[in-house]
Amino acid sequence: MATLSRSDVEHVAYLARLGLTDDELTLLEGQLNHILDQYTILATLDTEAIPPTAQTIELENILRDDVAGPSLPTEAVLGNAPAREGDFFLVPPILTERD
Amino acid sequence: MPGPADLPRLHAHEQSALLQAGELTSRELTEAHLAGAERDNRVLNAWLTIDRERALAEADAADVRIAAARADGSLDGTHPLLGIPVGLKDLVSVAGGQCTAGSRILEGYRSPFDAHITERIREAGAVILGKTNMDEFAMGSSTEHSAFGPTANPWALDRVPGGSSGGSAAAVAAYHVPLALGTDTGGSIRQPAALTGTVGMKPTYGRVSRYGIVAFASSLDQIGPIGRDARDAAALLHAVAGRDERDSTSSPAPVPEELLTLPASDDEAVAALRGKRLGLPREYFVAGMEPGVEQRVREAVSMLDAAGAIIEEVSLPHTEYGLATYYIVAPAEASANLARYDGIRFGPRLGNDDVLDNYLTTRGRLFGAEVKRRLMLGTYALSAGYYDAFYLKAQKVRTLIKGDFDALWAQGFDALVAPTSPTVAFRFGARMADPVAMYLSDACTLPVNVAGLPGISIPCGLSEGLPVGLQFIGAPWSEAELFKLARGYEGLTAGADWRGLEPAELAAASDPATPAPLERLAAGAT
Repeated sequence: MATLSRSDVEHVAYLARLGLTDDELTLLEGQLNHILDQYTILATLDTEAIPPTAQTIELENILRDDVAGPSLPTEAVLGNAPAREGDFFLVPPILTERD
Repeated sequence: MPGPADLPRLHAHEQSALLQAGELTSRELTEAHLAGAERDNRVLNAWLTIDRERALAEADAADVRIAAARADGSLDGTHPLLGIPVGLKDLVSVAGGQCTAGSRILEGYRSPFDAHITERIREAGAVILGKTNMDEFAMGSSTEHSAFGPTANPWALDRVPGGSSGGSAAAVAAYHVPLALGTDTGGSIRQPAALTGTVGMKPTYGRVSRYGIVAFASSLDQIGPIGRDARDAAALLHAVAGRDERDSTSSPAPVPEELLTLPASDDEAVAALRGKRLGLPREYFVAGMEPGVEQRVREAVSMLDAAGAIIEEVSLPHTEYGLATYYIVAPAEASANLARYDGIRFGPRLGNDDVLDNYLTTRGRLFGAEVKRRLMLGTYALSAGYYDAFYLKAQKVRTLIKGDFDALWAQGFDALVAPTSPTVAFRFGARMADPVAMYLSDACTLPVNVAGLPGISIPCGLSEGLPVGLQFIGAPWSEAELFKLARGYEGLTAGADWRGLEPAELAAASDPATPAPLERLAAGAT
C-alpha cells in the first residue's frame, strides 16, 4: 500500500484543516506510516464480490412527521459563539477585493 | 441502616430499597456520594465537574417525588433510579452545563439543550452528580488522552483505568456513584469496566439514541451503562434505551422489561445458565494476552461449563482484520464529524482573523495529539485516489466480520464468551509512545462494534492484584440475555474471595500525601 511522504503529510494536514508544527509533521510521518503498515493485511483478502456494510442494523427510511416544532432560542444558539454581531455569528471576510 | 460512609458501598438496588422504605433520603444519599467524589478527585481525577448544588437540588426533587408516590400508593419498585446518584461522561449534553468531550476545543462551551439520555435520566429521577473524565473525543483506551489530565485507577494509582470512559469506570469503582453512563465506539465502556472491576455494557447499535452526545464515529458509537453489578447496570440501560425520533438510527425495537427483573437470588440466576449454548472464539485468545488474564477467563468458562452451560470452541475467522478495519472506518467518520469544530459557532477561535488561518490555528492548537493523528488517518483514507483502497475496502471487510458472527447466531449459539481486554490495567505512559500498542488494547472489543452487536464485561477475578474482565457477546437486541448470563456468573462467584475486595489503593486516594496523576507523570518523566 501507499507510503506517505513529508509533502503528503503536509497536504493531508491542509485537507484536515490542521495547522501542525514541523515537529508534529515529523512525528506524524513516522506514526502514520507505521499505522498504514497495519492496514496492508486487508489487501490480502479478496473482497471483489463482497458488498460494503455502512451500517449494521436494518432500518430503512426512518422519517419523522413533517411537523414544525419549537427550535432553540436565538440566545441559546449564539451564547457559545466566539464572536457575534446582533443575531449573527461574526466571521472573518472570505471574499476580498482583488489587488 | 448503614452510616454515611457505608451508603456508597451499597448497590443502587439496595439504596433504592432504603429510599422507597423511607429509611433514607436522596439528599442524604447524594451528600454521602458527593463527599467521596470531592475527597478523592484530586488523586483520581475521575470527574471533570462535580455539581454539588445541582445534584442536591435534583436530590430534593427526587425526595418530593418519592414522598408523593408514597402518598398516592404508586411507589411500587418500578422506579429503580429515583433518587440514585449517577455520573455522565463529559460528552453528554446537560442543558446549561459544560460538555468538553475531554478537549480544549470545547472549553467554555455550555450545552444549550439536554441529550436524549439526559432527559430520560431526569424522567427516571436519578441525580446527576457531575461529568466524568474521558479520552479526548473518546479516542483512546487509557483516559491519558484527556486534555484535562489522566484518571487514576483506584486499584493501582500509577495505572490507567482504561478508556475512553475511564472517568465513569473509576468513579463507579471508587464508590463515587453506583452507576454511570459511558459511550463505546471500539471498547470504551467494556475495556475500562474490565480494568476497574466493574460491569459495563455496550448495547446493540441503535438501542440508545445518541441525540445530544458528542459524535466520534457515527456507524459505531453506542451509549451504555457502567455499574457495580448486573442488576444496576440493566436498570440504567432500561431507563435510557428506546426509540427517539431525533436519532434516525435509534431502533423501534421494544426495550425488554426483563432488564428490570433480573433474579435477586443467586441460585435462581445460576439455574438460568443451564443449557445455554456459549461459543468460545479461539481467535480472542490473542498473541500478547497476559497468562494471568487467560487463566482467569478460562477458569470462568470452566465454572459456566460446570453450571450446565454448553461451551463449544468456535472460530471468528476474520478477527485478525478487525483492528485495521476499525482504524480506517472510525477515523474516517471522525474526520467528517469533527469538521464542525471550526471556531465559528462555539468554542475558542484562534488565529489572525483570516478564515483559513482561523481554522488551521484553532484546530491545530486545540485538538490533542491522538485526535490529530486520527483526523489525519481519516482524512487520508477518504482523500481522492485512496477511498477505494481504504474506506471502501474496510466496509467490505466489515461485511465479512459481521458475517462471522451471523453464522454463529444461525447455528443457535445464545452468546459468545471471551476476554474483554488482553491485559490488566497498564502503567501511565506505557503505551503513549506507540499508538498501535494502545490500539491493541481493544482487539477483543472492537469487532463487536464493527458488527453492531451488544457486549458486556463483568469482573472475573484478579491477576497480579488487578481486575480481569469476562466478556459476553450476543446477537442484535439480546441485551437482556447477556445480562442474565452476567447475573448467572455473579451468582456462581458470589462467594469468591475477590468479590469482597475493595480497590486496593482506594484508601490512598483520600490521602493528601498521594500525588495526583499529573504530578505522578511529571515525576516519572525522564
